[in-house]
Amino acid sequence: MAIEFPRVPLGDWIEGGLNWLTSEYSIVTRAISRVTQTGIDGLNDALMWLPDWSLLVIIAGLCWWLANVRLAIGAVAGLALIWNLDLWDPMIETLTLVVIATLVAVVIALPVGIAAALSERLYKTIMPVLDFMQTMPAFVYLIPAIPFFGIGSVSAIFATVIFSMPPAIRFTTLGIRQVPVELVEAADAYGATRGQKLLKVQLPMSLPTVMAGINQTIMLALSMVVIAAMIGADGLGSEVWRAIQRLRPGDGFEAGIAVVILAMLLDRLTQSLRKQRKS
Amino acid sequence: MSDNRNVKIRVRQLSKVFGNQPKKALELRDQGLKRPEILDKTGQTLGLSDINFDVYEGELLVIMGLSGSGKSTLIRCLNRLIEPTEGEIVIDGENIPSLKEKELLECRRRHFSMVFQNFALFPNRTVRQNAEFGLEIRGVDPAERRETAANALKQVGLEGWEDAYPNQLSGGMQQRVGLARALANDASVLLMDEAFSALDPLIRGDMQQELLELQHRMKKTTVFITHDLDEALSIGDRIVLLKDGEVVQIGTPEEILTKPADDYVRRFIEGVDKSRILSAESAMRKVRSTVRDTDGPRTALRKMRDHSLDSIYILDRERRLIGLIDADAASQALEEGKERVTDVMTQDFRKVVRAEPLHNLFAMFHENRFPIAVVDDNQVLQGVVVKGAVLDELAQAGER
Repeated sequence: MAIEFPRVPLGDWIEGGLNWLTSEYSIVTRAISRVTQTGIDGLNDALMWLPDWSLLVIIAGLCWWLANVRLAIGAVAGLALIWNLDLWDPMIETLTLVVIATLVAVVIALPVGIAAALSERLYKTIMPVLDFMQTMPAFVYLIPAIPFFGIGSVSAIFATVIFSMPPAIRFTTLGIRQVPVELVEAADAYGATRGQKLLKVQLPMSLPTVMAGINQTIMLALSMVVIAAMIGADGLGSEVWRAIQRLRPGDGFEAGIAVVILAMLLDRLTQSLRKQRKS
Repeated sequence: MSDNRNVKIRVRQLSKVFGNQPKKALELRDQGLKRPEILDKTGQTLGLSDINFDVYEGELLVIMGLSGSGKSTLIRCLNRLIEPTEGEIVIDGENIPSLKEKELLECRRRHFSMVFQNFALFPNRTVRQNAEFGLEIRGVDPAERRETAANALKQVGLEGWEDAYPNQLSGGMQQRVGLARALANDASVLLMDEAFSALDPLIRGDMQQELLELQHRMKKTTVFITHDLDEALSIGDRIVLLKDGEVVQIGTPEEILTKPADDYVRRFIEGVDKSRILSAESAMRKVRSTVRDTDGPRTALRKMRDHSLDSIYILDRERRLIGLIDADAASQALEEGKERVTDVMTQDFRKVVRAEPLHNLFAMFHENRFPIAVVDDNQVLQGVVVKGAVLDELAQAGER
């Protein structure tokens, strides 16, 4: 005789919870939505308002200043190719989403990471949550984002922030925990308060690691904003998405290559920032 | 001698248990169990047990023990980097274990500067910024701390290196920065945790000498931790010897060498070059006879004959040493009809103070055949050291 176990209605529970959140906190979500949308539009307009060539010069200059001439030349070549392929505007839209998502993620991640480094209990609570955030297939975040924030860029940012935040938290925690015990002891021995210890010893010492985490966050954010085209985010992702729907591999690869160029540029730039800090 | 000096830190019944049931461990300790048995029965490590000692104002106290003896725990209990389980640590009337968090910070800032074994310099700060650290924590204004730090760096001979980073300096120089950081802070006690152990032997010797010099000049109360007996003996005013978390002996280097408290200490001091530690005083004998400056050669000869001496020291009214006359010179003076011993006395002899290391006396015997005179600061004759006595003393110290 087979005993029948009822199926656990896990999906129903989650949906119920999400519905409840959507209806109860619609004021909050709508406020967040409006603020974020304004931010996106503002940054987008600002970047678009600049003549294309001047933005190119600015980015090249930034590369030169932070890294070296080689990166600057590479940046000019890559961006010129994007411009030539008529992908300049989608590229700007993608850049905007990445910048804003990264900013939000870092603003949340830094304090959480610091707190987790200093409190063993918080550390133990937060690590499984981070595992969950990172291993849950990224697409899944897109679904609840829509009832919260509607179709469009704000939902994309929401999903991107959740997906890209974990490395920034992890690296911040790791960086602070890696500060040699004797340096913390030295700060204690001279009578430093917790705040002084954090600001004068732990944070400066962990900065290279924190920067590595932020670099990771930027990379994850970029990959996610592209996927977020599925829920209506603008940018290079929507070019790829359109190419898939129309079965035009050429267009798809063009947009894809633009993403790669942007990714490499952002990666090299943040890495050189980190190396500069180190030396 | 040291009993009438001011006590700076008083440590009483200090114990430290590592583990979550300290009470249980201490109960067993009170029943007479030792560290390994307590660890077996309760899983608790008895780090320190019933430690009692004083640190006097201005002295350099060395806490010495092998690894696992609890010396690092002990120095960290003093400023509560490690929480003591029980006992008192009183500094200027404040009992450190009972201080609240804020008072503790204040106490650390006012009383303790610390120098670490592996330097513990902040790699992202320049030498100057490292030296300023303690002052910065206290909120001293930038101009003043810059000046104080510059002064401290000058004291340790690092002028001109202010803007370098620690990784650009050698080990010895890095530890000088560590020392400057401690000196700039101007706390009342200097804690040095194996401060020179990571340095190579030559630099280490230099640093020891410099520390002694600084300590002599500034009279800063210093607690110095080391596992190296030679280091302890050569720099310590007094030594606290630890073994398995307990005090085995407290005393001056000379006391440790000449009156070891038990077999452990005796075995410990076997390998030490005692001639560097023992002083002239330990080999000094009473003078058998002397002559006054007003005596004649005849008296001198008679006294030498009576006490079977080859030479005799000449003193003035205040018993101050003014010269020496030997038997040949005395008989010649007698023949020539000289009236005073002072007419024929010689200055060709060696004199030392009581604290002169025995080690330095060997060379003197090589240059000069007369007994070495031991005098005090006023040149008053205290006694003499003869060649055989030095060897006797060393031989005996070796047996002890």
